[in-house]
Amino acid sequence: MTTYLDHAATTPPRPAARAALDSWLAAANASATHLAGQAARVAVEEARESVATALGCSPHEVVFTSGGTEADNLAVKGITWAARERSRGVPHLVTTAVEHPAVLDPARWLAERGDVTLTVVPPGRDGRVDVEEVLAAVRPATALVSVMAANNELGAVNDLGVLAAGLAERGVPLHTDAVQAIATLEVDVARWGVDALALSAHKFGGPQGVGVAVLRRGLPVVPLAHGGGQDRGVRSGTFAVALDAACAAALRAAVADRADLRARLLTLTDRLAAAVTAVEGVRRSGPTDPSWRLASHVHLLLDDVEPTALALGLDAAGVAASSGAACGAGATKASPVLEACGLQGTPLRLSLGWTSTAAEVDRAIDVLTDLLPRLRTSRGSARRSVVAEVR
Amino acid sequence: MARVLVAMSGGVDSAVAAALLVEQGHEVTGVHLKLADLPLDDQVPGHGCCTLDDAQDARRAAQVLGIPYYVWDLSAVFEQEVQQPFATTYAAGATPNPCVTCNERVKYAALLERALALGFDALATGHHARLRRAGVPVTEPGPRTELVRAADARKDQSYVLYVATPQQLAHTLLPVGELPKERIRSIAAERGLRVANKPDSYDVCFIPDGDTVGYLAERLPAEPGPIVDADGEELGTHDGVWRFTVGQRRGLGLDHHERRFVTAVDATSRTVRVGPREELACHWAELEGPTWTRGVAPTGPVRVQIRAHGRSVPGRLAPGGSTPGGSTPGGSASDAERVRVQLEEPVYGLALGQAAVLYTADDAVCLGGGRVTAAERPAGLPLASVSPG
Repeated sequence: MTTYLDHAATTPPRPAARAALDSWLAAANASATHLAGQAARVAVEEARESVATALGCSPHEVVFTSGGTEADNLAVKGITWAARERSRGVPHLVTTAVEHPAVLDPARWLAERGDVTLTVVPPGRDGRVDVEEVLAAVRPATALVSVMAANNELGAVNDLGVLAAGLAERGVPLHTDAVQAIATLEVDVARWGVDALALSAHKFGGPQGVGVAVLRRGLPVVPLAHGGGQDRGVRSGTFAVALDAACAAALRAAVADRADLRARLLTLTDRLAAAVTAVEGVRRSGPTDPSWRLASHVHLLLDDVEPTALALGLDAAGVAASSGAACGAGATKASPVLEACGLQGTPLRLSLGWTSTAAEVDRAIDVLTDLLPRLRTSRGSARRSVVAEVR
Repeated sequence: MARVLVAMSGGVDSAVAAALLVEQGHEVTGVHLKLADLPLDDQVPGHGCCTLDDAQDARRAAQVLGIPYYVWDLSAVFEQEVQQPFATTYAAGATPNPCVTCNERVKYAALLERALALGFDALATGHHARLRRAGVPVTEPGPRTELVRAADARKDQSYVLYVATPQQLAHTLLPVGELPKERIRSIAAERGLRVANKPDSYDVCFIPDGDTVGYLAERLPAEPGPIVDADGEELGTHDGVWRFTVGQRRGLGLDHHERRFVTAVDATSRTVRVGPREELACHWAELEGPTWTRGVAPTGPVRVQIRAHGRSVPGRLAPGGSTPGGSTPGGSASDAERVRVQLEEPVYGLALGQAAVLYTADDAVCLGGGRVTAAERPAGLPLASVSPG
């Protein structure tokens, strides 16, 4: 039996999402004029309306994408390219060093091509971004600011409302990657005042392979994919009826129990963190103030533990958690986010979600408090202990 | 049944080792060690790490066998414990054996320790050597395990495993040592392992092109010195003693008709001495920090092997056993234990820094050994000795 503590990577599908996926798997082409096509189109538009309601925006502002990465690329590239078409100079783009690669990589790629000039604002040690520093980076040529709602590794939550208000005064659009925030934080496009937003369905109980880009009406965006002109021409491609319907169903379910889930997870993650940080050499990272920390995340830094030993030990003990990303050959690579925050140690992210139970957390505590001390490689002492064990 | 961590290099031997362990009913986990940071040509563009092909070969084998598989990045340990000493040992005028150092400091010190800490019972590798307990082949970890030469004498690797202690052998499994190489390849083919026909690797793993001097030239400064003959007459010059190994014949750059060998290398005076083959004859060697696979130094007649694939010669540990360390020219580790090995027939081309490995008189069981820090050298030259990293 696996104790699943990796909801931030993918959370299990909501029953309503499975049902929607199943009912629309055989949908006709939603652009077709026949009756079956019309029914499929209705399903897509109802999904769009449902997502808009959940996010506090208009259905016309919702674009279904292949996931969070496409939604982020669409905003970062599409908005800055559109700005470039309208102005003589090179647009300026502001983002942060803790963004997901889906934002940071296109931003750097645009800068390398000379399509934008780029400012990357560094984070604090807790992974949060100082709003004043972001505002100070804005110039007359700034065409877009992209700041994530909450960081995927540290669970650090940014003050988007204050940032959006400051940017609105300066007339600069704000894009936010809300992929990690959506499961436990209220995401309200209108209240935050953001102009673009990215979501990924499998982070809130939908299927992998579908996401949402919110693009405020009147905000010019150059499409990434040209073709049949679906979704106002911003995102061509046959409507993915079943995926869109499942995405909407999952979001409805997630929003409906989000406040309860947040309260429940705060208790569970605090208990988990308290027990695990009692182990020597285990530190909790990310913001200390729970109002600026995702209720789902416990991010730990381990001293003298090798990432592979950790991954292997967790698997063997039946705990699925994130001990870092793998490089081409499979070794763990260093996290640029933690480097940007000036944090050292082997990272271990424990993330809970809608299926998490108190019993699961108890089991995780038992496993981790037993495993983590054994993994420490203060090399001299390890050698002695083994010799003693063998004799 | 035991929980076994198997080191999978991406080659056929370790893949078959894993397959045999699975078939013996062990709970097997595969691990590929990322040891050397190889040049960019061997890497994934833009990722700056990992020898992709070997890691992928190992991963595919693990998938075929249905076992969990991980890549373990021990490149920092490997750099510090193997690659740096490799260069400094050459700079000190000696010739290291990096495979021995890797087994001692990485596979045993680092990997086995970690495996046991994670709750594994044993570490397995694809080395060609056999393990015996009371004369019976070992398939389960346990005490009183002996290290025996491989069934396939041409492939025997017991020499590079001599550093294993009894405690470590008790937690070691060597599943392919009982089999000839051809059988290993056919087992791989029968199990659908794509590495069945992968060529054997012979080079030092962190010098894939085999150009050791080129590798050292990037790490060590040029330090010119003389090449002299037995009478001290200067025959030429060289760019650094690390370019030479005792017993070496090629690449001396001397205009000479006679066959000349490097007979001694002295890093302190930067002198490389050459001479005829007779001057290479060596009847004794001093070993530093010896380890014994049975936990105690052997008494009585033994066989002594000074090269990974060389012939062994009869000999014995000098009476009196160990000598506490004293002053050592160019050396360190003054309190390390030393023993002296006396050889009944001479060996030729014994380079300092190499391992002298002792076997039972019937040449079957590997008893352990140590690194050569002093050896008989032709008269007229100070007895060079070093303490290789």
